[in-house]
Amino acid sequence: MMDTSSASPSAILPISLDAPRLIPHQPLVTVKGLVKHYGRIRAVDQVDLEVYPGEVLGIVGESGSGKSTVLRLLNLQEPADAGEYHLNIPQVSPRNLLELDRFQKREIRTLHIGVVYQHPHLGLRMYYTSSGNVAERLLVTGERTFSVLRRAARESLAASEFPADRIDDPPAVLSGGMQQRVQLAKAIALKPALLLLDEPTTGLDVSIQATVLDTLKHLQRETNITTILVSHDLGVIRTLADRVMVMQHGRVVETGLTDQILEDPQAAYTQQLVYAKL
Amino acid sequence: MPLLEVTGYTKVFHIHHLNREIAVFESLDFTLNVGEFLLVTGPNGIGKSTLLRCLYRSYRPSAGRALYHSLQGQVDLARAADVDVSVLRHEEIGFVTQFLRPRPRVSALELVAEPVFDQGEAEASAKAEAMLLEFGLKTDLWHAYPATFSGGEQQKVNLARALIRPRRLLLLDEPTASLDTATRESLANRLADLKAQGVAMIGVFHHPEDVAHLIDEEIRLSLSQVSLNGDYSNVVE
Repeated sequence: MMDTSSASPSAILPISLDAPRLIPHQPLVTVKGLVKHYGRIRAVDQVDLEVYPGEVLGIVGESGSGKSTVLRLLNLQEPADAGEYHLNIPQVSPRNLLELDRFQKREIRTLHIGVVYQHPHLGLRMYYTSSGNVAERLLVTGERTFSVLRRAARESLAASEFPADRIDDPPAVLSGGMQQRVQLAKAIALKPALLLLDEPTTGLDVSIQATVLDTLKHLQRETNITTILVSHDLGVIRTLADRVMVMQHGRVVETGLTDQILEDPQAAYTQQLVYAKL
Repeated sequence: MPLLEVTGYTKVFHIHHLNREIAVFESLDFTLNVGEFLLVTGPNGIGKSTLLRCLYRSYRPSAGRALYHSLQGQVDLARAADVDVSVLRHEEIGFVTQFLRPRPRVSALELVAEPVFDQGEAEASAKAEAMLLEFGLKTDLWHAYPATFSGGEQQKVNLARALIRPRRLLLLDEPTASLDTATRESLANRLADLKAQGVAMIGVFHHPEDVAHLIDEEIRLSLSQVSLNGDYSNVVE
């Protein structure tokens, strides 16, 4: 618990938790001491996190808390100032991914990490066909046969519940919900070990939001893909996340099971966040 | 054979913006054996549900231990890592509430089947159908969205979902609220079967007479203390 400054001296601190013993796996993602500055601002300040295979970790916090920066660092799309980042997959571990060169980072990012951004134009070529956007991912694996690429793109789009009759429409002419499905199809096309979702339903109509959430939930159930989800929407977090990490001013304020964070938040900041939403 | 040994269990809510601490229960001790049914009683707002949630870890207990004898070894539920609690929730410990949390565009059958989808879709659906049949949800509602159901129908879905996975410990938070007599009976029968199979239960019931024949022990929460087996002599009010 970080924010105890205003608490009375008698405040009972939550019992500190033991290291995991029952879970039969090693974490897929291990991050230690992650730091990122933008000028004088410490956007990410000593963040540690672990995500186990098949888990969905939610990251919540207000704008500027550093949650999206953490996601960009984990996507290896900008350099961190310090820290360790390991992915426990045979071809990748035990290297610290933050220390790889640009080309190695790009390879890891393409083969093992999928990402969905809040703004589709960050992840898609808006005037290519949707199927072409997805197939592009497969090109990097060396696949060049048109029919194979097209079939794989079609399968991936189907898995993200994108309508089959629109796969040749460019994202620019699609609705927001459809654009997110194209991003998702692209993200999962190479069956990555880690899926990063940055506010995937923010800005969509409520009814569209529900259908995209539904797709994400289905996908999670069918592929059991390890996921890190950034959202300021606690409803989205409740629907998808197993555990939640709360961030403020670049730091981790509290981590816990989703229901515990939402129903019995410990830190002052989390209480403020949760009570403000309910 | 003890399944759960609770000692000194304490819950205090700290409300930061009021700078206030709200003590709910203090230094609770009890033991639950395999196949035993423990009834938690006490007036409204005394912390019966809070106790269940502190065991399930929806709430973080403030002090004490809850040694749970898991199939994979002994775990203190007050201190277990979050991911270990997830494992236990998936494999061994179930929570049955009086509220269903429907999700948009998810059918009753799908909601019920969800906890067993890891056994394959066909198997999961078959099990879900059997559960819905047992709790008497009309078949024409199986593929409808429960958000539009009545309270009683929602609760049937909720019970089917909560009880579809085998458990070793069930935490029951007023599961009979809003149920009709027939469904209350189905639930009591199902709980009796589970108890006979060795499932232990801790329950809060608004109408404990529904499950009177199952109760082995009672723990009564009172304003400042707790007494076992309805012995009120040491209750300080």
